[in-house]
Amino acid sequence: MKYTIDENGCYGKFGGAFIPEMLYPNVEELRLNYQTIIQSADFINEFQYLLRHYVGRPTPLFFAARLSEKYRAKIFLKREDLCHTGAHKINNTIGQILLARRLGKRKIIAETGAGQHGVATATVCALMGMDCIVYMGQLDMERQRPNVERMRILGAHVIAATSGNMTLKDATNEAMRHWINNPTDTHYIIGSVVGPHPYPDMVAQFQSVISEEIKKQLINEIGNPYPDYVVACVGGGSNAAGAYYHFLNDEPVQLIGVEAAGKGINTNESAATTALGKVGILHGSKSLLMQTEDGQVIEPYSISAGLDYPGIGPLHAHLFDAGRVRFISATDDEAMNAGIELSRLEGIIPAIESAHAVAALSQLALSEEDVVVLNLSGRGDKDLETYIKWGKY
Amino acid sequence: MNRIHELFKQKNKNILSVFFTAGFPKLNDTKIIALALEKAGADMIEIGIPFSDPVADGPVIQQSNKTALDNGMNMKLLLQQVAEIRKTVKLPIILMGYLNPVIQYGIEKFCVEAKQAGVDGLILPDLPLREYETEYKSFFQINDLLNIFLISPTTSDQRINEIDKASNAFIYAVSASSTTGSKTDLSNEQENYLQKLKEMKLKSPFLVGFGISNSTTFSKVCQYGAGAIVGSAFINLLKKTSSMEEDIYRFVKEMVKRETGNSY
Repeated sequence: MKYTIDENGCYGKFGGAFIPEMLYPNVEELRLNYQTIIQSADFINEFQYLLRHYVGRPTPLFFAARLSEKYRAKIFLKREDLCHTGAHKINNTIGQILLARRLGKRKIIAETGAGQHGVATATVCALMGMDCIVYMGQLDMERQRPNVERMRILGAHVIAATSGNMTLKDATNEAMRHWINNPTDTHYIIGSVVGPHPYPDMVAQFQSVISEEIKKQLINEIGNPYPDYVVACVGGGSNAAGAYYHFLNDEPVQLIGVEAAGKGINTNESAATTALGKVGILHGSKSLLMQTEDGQVIEPYSISAGLDYPGIGPLHAHLFDAGRVRFISATDDEAMNAGIELSRLEGIIPAIESAHAVAALSQLALSEEDVVVLNLSGRGDKDLETYIKWGKY
Repeated sequence: MNRIHELFKQKNKNILSVFFTAGFPKLNDTKIIALALEKAGADMIEIGIPFSDPVADGPVIQQSNKTALDNGMNMKLLLQQVAEIRKTVKLPIILMGYLNPVIQYGIEKFCVEAKQAGVDGLILPDLPLREYETEYKSFFQINDLLNIFLISPTTSDQRINEIDKASNAFIYAVSASSTTGSKTDLSNEQENYLQKLKEMKLKSPFLVGFGISNSTTFSKVCQYGAGAIVGSAFINLLKKTSSMEEDIYRFVKEMVKRETGNSY
């Protein structure tokens, strides 16, 4: 398995655990225990039960007939948008909270950008009766008001991150600082395949249910488990990691990652990390990172609050480096048009993050026989304001 | 001999090391501050390399990082300023910063130029022990740069011993489970931890940092370790001062007054 972590928690030259010593005991506790716990029968039973009866899994694999007609290929949508709370994020938060309980933790912290991971965390904390603090950039709190209130209704304490540009990166910094200050009774639920080892591997495993289901469902649909393409948007990369996971060693399956180009890759208002990033270290792991020549982290931009992160998970940096995943990008406009298009053709309003994946269809040289699985990671309810402001529909 | 080793040879109690961020409050204050600290009687200076995302730091040092970057501070200029400081200052100089700006500059280039500028040691909080030993140690050693490791109250005894073994300078004992500047007084729990460290009789001396804000906390932690590091409290002074050199002088004298019997 050349796409899994080695004994040092690295994917090729990426990954690792670059953390201050103050966090070492917490991260080490996780590292030493996570595999044993998540492979135990007791954990698997509870996790599977909740995925089925609480999240609503398996999510459908839907043949999108009109979209297929337009792009002249066989396009299936993996309906993660139908998960409880509206996106794939909850697959991970369920896994991590079950793990946190088994480690004897009583409090949960999380960071959030658009609020989806925050809502998914607040949800599982309510379900398990655990204290929940969510850090969110002050600017994002203003942009994503409804999700802030959803978290509050669920009983979470939302704290504004007021440093930096007051977005996802800064919320992550604040959550890490909180963890440094509260090391023993608190578990930090990171929302993507980022952070120090073992987070990227752990989150990818929890999200891998997506590709596990796709394979089974494809057998019913096309008679074999192998599509020609799997397409997913990439911010930090958790939905993509889940959608690729069980295809990584199936080399004929082409894996496509779609990053947010924002206003265009060369406009300085972009979040396309593989196009603009260099090797760097942020939030505990070595990966590709958007940064200045002097190693200062650049604030990314995308119309989608879930994609404006200056890095990508180390797994994706490695997949990019190894040429296993082809990364392309979609601009704000392309994504918004694609979101409207999917709404009109299939009656599904996608999250703007997921709309980036839809926008990639026109960039693939598809033929009629090609089977494409597009991971529709979230639904567009949270983005209505943005759709309305954009207005071209 | 490395200036840090020399200092610990001459003095094993009440060492005062002062941290400030390069390029703060104004771009060219770095030198003025370093000179004033030496004149006032500090034993060692730690110069912070500003970074956009200082996760181990509390609000005061975060803000100084941001101001310094806004002022235009960068690695090249910082090393030039250190070289300039080294023309007169004899104290050991430590650079403290996060790993990313260092690896972008190039680890080898950074070590060579830091040595040339007159740097004696480095504190890189997000450089883990294992990576240090496998990838960085040789560059540090060739350039006679001492690596200073951190430990915290949650660090296990086994890990403390591993770090002590790997250390060739002093150990930076973080006084509490916290980011910089978080706490103001010393709890019993913290004193127990420092007492434990003292009793472990490590081969490396240790300085206590994080939350050392006045002469009371300074003299308290000096009962356990070889001295202390003051950061956020000093940055707070720099933020407010209108006569920098005089205030730095007063700050240092005030901090060590219980140890020397000095009162200004």
